[in-house]
Amino acid sequence: MKNALAKYRKWSWYEATARERIAALLDSGSFTEFIGPEKREISPHLVLFDLPEAFDDGIIVGRGMVQSRQVLLAAQEGRFMGGTFGEVHGAKLVGLLRYARDDQDAPRVVLLLLDTGGVRLQEANVGELAVSEIIRAVLEARMAGVTVIAMIGGRAGCFGGGGIIAGCCSRIVISEQGRTSVSGPEVIETNMGVEEFDSRDRPLVWRTTGGKTRRLLGGADAYAEDSIDSFRDAAFSLLDRIPAFELDTVEKEHARLAQRLEKFGQCHDAPEIWKAMGIAEPDGIADLSDEVFNQIAQAQKEANHDAR
Amino acid sequence: MEKLQIHQKAARRASGGKSHGITGVVASGNLEVLLERVLDGTECEVNIKTSVEGFDAVWRAVINDFIERHSPGGLRISINDGGARPDTVSLRLAQGVRLMEADR
Repeated sequence: MKNALAKYRKWSWYEATARERIAALLDSGSFTEFIGPEKREISPHLVLFDLPEAFDDGIIVGRGMVQSRQVLLAAQEGRFMGGTFGEVHGAKLVGLLRYARDDQDAPRVVLLLLDTGGVRLQEANVGELAVSEIIRAVLEARMAGVTVIAMIGGRAGCFGGGGIIAGCCSRIVISEQGRTSVSGPEVIETNMGVEEFDSRDRPLVWRTTGGKTRRLLGGADAYAEDSIDSFRDAAFSLLDRIPAFELDTVEKEHARLAQRLEKFGQCHDAPEIWKAMGIAEPDGIADLSDEVFNQIAQAQKEANHDAR
Repeated sequence: MEKLQIHQKAARRASGGKSHGITGVVASGNLEVLLERVLDGTECEVNIKTSVEGFDAVWRAVINDFIERHSPGGLRISINDGGARPDTVSLRLAQGVRLMEADR
């Protein structure tokens, strides 16, 4: 079994399913799932739309060990309904975060393996409520001293309410394949027109929402290669650099966002921002290897501000 | 959505000691298979919910073939299908019984 899992560790995070990510991220045999698929806590709404259900409603929550350290974790399955937040899906995550908040014996680290397009449209109102409850639960857990780390590198990216939830976490890890934002490319194009944003222009989508851009701007705190091993290492490298969750941190972050707008508000595309940041070859960022990119990102003040 | 139930006796009980396992994802052209060791003797029950209607005969052929090859006695198998092809269904079912072969 150990050898069987070893092969997953080098596996692409992007290609892996949520359960494969968990199996390879955690120490072998250490995972205990809460409300597993055999409990059949399925969405009560999808049947009304004659749509297929999943036994875990697209999210797996539980506890386990990473390099002998206890963690709680939640993993969204981006391929089921786009990893969207429905009523049950959201409630499972809220329960996990409240457990971390309330039980002093619970692990003090929560890993959120986000892979989501946002609220599940078929469960619109309860989905929105779920996102609000999750945001509150993340913030309350952080106030109770829990570290919540978002890991973004899946097929669905991390959009809509998922983008807001990620922004509320203690730290964010992202890969080049990872994308995060609130309104996704198709939503922007639908509302504002193709001249504002062409969602079929893949390089543009990645330059705007992709992992490299997010990391350089400081919207993500660590950059991982697209492997489960690299995500684990990147997340754990952040654990000793968790900002205090207090008013001072929030005020610093607001000041930093105001500065960012002032500095880069006139830029029309990501390479203009990178140029303004003093990066030598801004047009070549997309082609850089993960290793070289990480060196550049780590040297950037903008990317490594204490207040994210 | 179409629901199907297939009830059949297998030649032997499924090996391993795992009480339940799941494999696959409900997505277009894919399916999830939940296996639970809850039935007596060599009974096997397969419950299918599929988004593609009218393939009753194909499902029965695929499941009968699976039960003959893998002898999943004692297992209740529940499937949520997003329109997977028969070969994908066979593969997931085989992955499922392999999963159940673990000790716990």
